[in-house]
Amino acid sequence: MQILKLIFKNAFRHKLRTFLTISGISIAILAFGLLRTVVDSWYAGVKASAANRLVSRNAISLVFPLPISYKDKIRQIDGVTNVSYGNWFGGIYIDEKNFFANFAVEPKSYLELYPEYVLQPDQQAAFLRDRKGFVAGRKIADKYNWKPGDTVILKGTIFPGQWEFVLRAIYKGKTKSIDETQFIFHWEYLNETLKKTVARRADQVGFYMIGVKSPNIAPEVSRAIDKTFRNSLAETLTETEKAFQMSFISMSEAIVVAIQLVSFVVIIIIMAVMANTMAMSARERIGEYAVFKTLGFGGAYVAALIFGESLFISSVGCVIGTILTFPAAKAFGAMMSQFFPIFNVSVNTVYLDVAASVIVGVIAAIIPTYRAASIRIADGLRRIG
Amino acid sequence: MQENLPIVQIRNLFKSYSRGDQIIPVLQDINLDIAGGEFLALMGPSGSGKSTLLNLIAGIDKADSGMINVVGTDIASLSETELAQWRATNVGFIFQFYNLIPVLTAFENVELPLLLTGLSGKERKSHVKTALSIVNLTDRMDHYPGQLSGGQQQRVAIARAVVTDPTIIVADEPTGDLDRVSAEEILELMERLVHELGKTIIMVTHDPRAAKKAHLIKHLDKGVLNADPQAHI
Ligand SMILES: Nc1ncnc2c1ncn2[C@@H]1O[C@H](COP(=O)(O)OP(=O)(O)OP(=O)(O)O)[C@@H](O)[C@H]1O
Ligand SMILES: [Mg+2]
Repeated sequence: MQILKLIFKNAFRHKLRTFLTISGISIAILAFGLLRTVVDSWYAGVKASAANRLVSRNAISLVFPLPISYKDKIRQIDGVTNVSYGNWFGGIYIDEKNFFANFAVEPKSYLELYPEYVLQPDQQAAFLRDRKGFVAGRKIADKYNWKPGDTVILKGTIFPGQWEFVLRAIYKGKTKSIDETQFIFHWEYLNETLKKTVARRADQVGFYMIGVKSPNIAPEVSRAIDKTFRNSLAETLTETEKAFQMSFISMSEAIVVAIQLVSFVVIIIIMAVMANTMAMSARERIGEYAVFKTLGFGGAYVAALIFGESLFISSVGCVIGTILTFPAAKAFGAMMSQFFPIFNVSVNTVYLDVAASVIVGVIAAIIPTYRAASIRIADGLRRIG
Repeated sequence: MQENLPIVQIRNLFKSYSRGDQIIPVLQDINLDIAGGEFLALMGPSGSGKSTLLNLIAGIDKADSGMINVVGTDIASLSETELAQWRATNVGFIFQFYNLIPVLTAFENVELPLLLTGLSGKERKSHVKTALSIVNLTDRMDHYPGQLSGGQQQRVAIARAVVTDPTIIVADEPTGDLDRVSAEEILELMERLVHELGKTIIMVTHDPRAAKKAHLIKHLDKGVLNADPQAHI
């Protein structure tokens, strides 16, 4: 009890110094938390992917399509429970800066395959019924103030023209890590229009999404699918949804690594600041520590005083920094929603915050403790006069 | 306590410091007996080794060679931890600059040495109050050192030195930083510790007036203890 009181009082002896150090740690923890969240956000698609879903695409490249006729052949393969398919549409809403993902999919099988998109039953029925209908994620519907029944026009880029859609349903993510910024409409609508305009592009899909019985058989099923279409005009490349998502990220992996590195550099810098604060305090109190030892207190007591103070300061900084991370991430996420549709501070990030501050507190205390513990009492007392 | 048995016994004590590859002898062949209940003043020019000798007696420094027996313990043979424990029970310390912990109140400063004992909070409280009443500062127990005068701070330090009821008290220039009136008060207090509580006090001082209060004066000069203190008074 007494020692805690002493630690607390010591921590606030130099109010300005302690205040500045705590502010520094808070800001570092905040920056660290935001950077970690950016990294998490980058991998959000990978995280959200299910292990029992596969994606098949053209083996040459994602930009080449696959025939719609593959659908039935895939369905017959052992272990396959469900097949859906779609095209990346790449339409623009009014202006290029209003970016959100938009796909043409086979709606019924798609919604079965992706139970994490939660729709109200009546809205879902309305969407399935209307060939020009679309489903929007809650976030973009809110952002553009779309209400069911509203007509929305996208300008096609891959598929030129002005495309008219009617909002029929708004989906919510089952969990916080589900992207709520997607725009999904009927593949049939796209295909029929193509048949009338550019017939050679009709009856083709960008990718198949395939449900398998269990994650364990995913590799076999992948191989079986690819084997089925080997030596055909359009060979497939089938991989788990996770691997598929990962292939997008790996292109920008260097940036993620750089961000991760910077997040750790922030912690190392604050460690130096904290170590300096503790070294200054301990240097000023060498005489006092000598008095404690003279009175019979051991090196462990002196160590506890210094470690306690260091950990106290770093923990206060950590708590403030972590608390600030949440509103800051919310504001940042709202500002950058087109780049980071999922921007949530994860529990893991909070754990990392705590770990970082404990490490900072401990490391900052090591050298001052070593000095205070190893100095001869007589020399320590001499420093007072 | 038996008056005639020496409470401090020092034989052929040597102490030197090394600075780089240079060895500086500080204490040379010190022999000294101090009887229980003695009030001894240790005088001598600056740098003569007074503080060094006091530290050796109090067990906060180690000699190079020689025997040093204090309160029946050969303290040269104790480990650091044993020595710390031994100090906590047998020695009270008074310093020139009081050395109170500035963030603790007078009460808490006096209580500090008691935290190492097994006493309950209640027992500690009564001990602290007794010690503070000896130095006549009960009314200031909630004050911080910064709110007390030098003389008052030194009285708190004396209370801290006696609160564990040690056998001997070492004081390194306890009046060195005080004005005459405060110095007088402190010296009278120390006399009372010897006479009323039977403590043994070893005091290093430069001040002849302070030395006069002592029963016995020893002179250190260049690390050698003067065998005939009377010749120097
Ligand atoms: N840690 C040390 N390292 C090297 N030399 C030291 C050390 N401590 C003390 N000395 C030297 O030992 C000698 C005696 O020091 P000491 O402090 O005992 O003197 P003193 O008699 O108490 O002097 P003063 O009256 O000024 O307090 C001095 O020459 C001092 O420089
Ligand atoms: Mg001295």
